[in-house]
Amino acid sequence: MAWFRKDKRKRTAQREKLEIPPDAWGKCEQCGHVDINEKFERALQVCPSCGHHRRISAQRYIEILIDDGSFTELYRELRSKDALGFEGYEHRLASASRKAGTHDGIIAGHGTLTGLAVNLGVMDFKFMGGSMGSVVGEKVARLIERSLEHRAPLILVSASGGARMQEGVLSLMQMAKTSALMARLRESGTPYISIMTNPTTGGVSASYAMQGDVNLAEPGAVIGFAGPRVIKQTIGQDLPDGFQTAEFLEAHGMVDAVVPRSELRATVASVLRMMVSAPALEAQD
Amino acid sequence: MARTEFHLDFEKPIAELEQQIAGLQQMANDRRLDVRGEIAPLEAKLADLRREIYRTLTPMQRVQVARHPRRPFTLDYLARVFTDFVELKGDRLFRDDPAIVGGWARLRERPVMVIGHQKGRDTKENLRRNFGMPHPEGYRKALRLMHMAERFHAPVITLIDTPGAYPGLGAEERGQAEAIARNLEEMGGLKTPIIAVVIGEGGSGGALALGLADRLLMLENAIYSVISPEGCAAILWNDATQKERAADALKLTATDLETLGIVDEIVPEPAGGAHADPDGAAEALDEALARHVPEVAGLDPTELRTRRTDKYRRMGQYVEA
Ligand SMILES: [Zn+2]
Repeated sequence: MAWFRKDKRKRTAQREKLEIPPDAWGKCEQCGHVDINEKFERALQVCPSCGHHRRISAQRYIEILIDDGSFTELYRELRSKDALGFEGYEHRLASASRKAGTHDGIIAGHGTLTGLAVNLGVMDFKFMGGSMGSVVGEKVARLIERSLEHRAPLILVSASGGARMQEGVLSLMQMAKTSALMARLRESGTPYISIMTNPTTGGVSASYAMQGDVNLAEPGAVIGFAGPRVIKQTIGQDLPDGFQTAEFLEAHGMVDAVVPRSELRATVASVLRMMVSAPALEAQD
Repeated sequence: MARTEFHLDFEKPIAELEQQIAGLQQMANDRRLDVRGEIAPLEAKLADLRREIYRTLTPMQRVQVARHPRRPFTLDYLARVFTDFVELKGDRLFRDDPAIVGGWARLRERPVMVIGHQKGRDTKENLRRNFGMPHPEGYRKALRLMHMAERFHAPVITLIDTPGAYPGLGAEERGQAEAIARNLEEMGGLKTPIIAVVIGEGGSGGALALGLADRLLMLENAIYSVISPEGCAAILWNDATQKERAADALKLTATDLETLGIVDEIVPEPAGGAHADPDGAAEALDEALARHVPEVAGLDPTELRTRRTDKYRRMGQYVEA
């Protein structure tokens, strides 16, 4: 039986190859499911077989969440600076820009979500692991201030390994900076929705990512303070299955809901419409 | 007693001279001799040596001093700088976390809320206090005490000394990230003054969770960093032995932080470091707090809050292309 099955599979693969060029195929990192890229893309890069949420670009999140053509990018002129003279940092920044095609770990802007004016920041894990330095902190700070000024809801999509080492304690202080402003936003009655994607750890999870009025998370996303590797090293044993996943955090009361990517836009729109006061809605119509 | 003789590698010349003086003193006592004339120049030499060695410490040597097992901890300062300390325990949610201590105390008669990380002096105490690495309940206890101080219009004084927030199963399960994030937001909005002092190790987010403040002071040999030099070296160069290189790069000393505009004042330590003279270190801290606390305690809460937010708002360095 074994030799027969093996042979059959091989032949199927060969036949498919004849029909579709090899670069049109994608493979799920989680379950190994192979499908045409277009099918992955139509499903917003969610595996049709196991539901694994593959990493997508910051730009893609903007397309998913914001009404077509309504997004205006803000603060794109901000660039990181090697304030500490940290060896290798300038080089890292240049290569990260080339690789990610963006200028830092977050894209900020404003637009409408089902007609509702919102301010949006989406972190880009491709840029130095979505690490938070002065530029990320500053863009988030400006978005919070803009939300305060316009009384428009804030949405932040996080994907980050934490604070950026190369900016030392200046990175750490971005947590304090954004948090002090977030306290104002909360008091103002302007809603803030935090969306945590894979991974959200370190300084970002320990500041704005966990400060949402509503904390949402994508299925399977790793969320926590310490990264799994550090914990494993500390306790000297393997982590239990599913530890630090979005579902684990939901069960332990740290996120409000785990929301599949396909439902993200509708969920955020729905909850925001109930949170913003009726007069604010009228003003926008 | 062996522990009191703990010396860092670069302190060896100090230790040898100390031993020499002690030996001479012992001999003099045994034989009832007057050796004051011999000891005085040696002690002067010791003071010079301490000053000289401590004047030129490398960043990694400062890290070692900040982690010195004999360095004064929060409870040592509570015993020396403050009076009437009443410890208040527990987060009212899960348990008491001994890695953070806090409670009411008086600073020169003025009631204040003191909260600080607490390391252990020996292995047994370190196990109980988890080496000063808090769980979420430690941060939640701290927040409970800060809110209490706010209700009774008392300043909050925090003493920072931790390798970091504990990276363990229970800590993650109970929301380490959420606990730190909440403290930061609440401290940002607290309507009573907060004065934070880094007394030893300022280990990243676990330190900052007690550190968002109107005034940030730092002891001369304390450090404050986004990551430990060892951790940084392991990630960047895949080699933890490169910690000296990382300690240089991270700019984690008190003078570095003052230059970066993050620390408001450096509190001088006695020659040879705080561990060489805990009473002297406590005196310097008392003097600094006695100046800073009245300055911020007199401010209107709204004004205080505006200044605090504005101070952090300016932090960070970037360019606009
Ligand atoms: Zn799959």
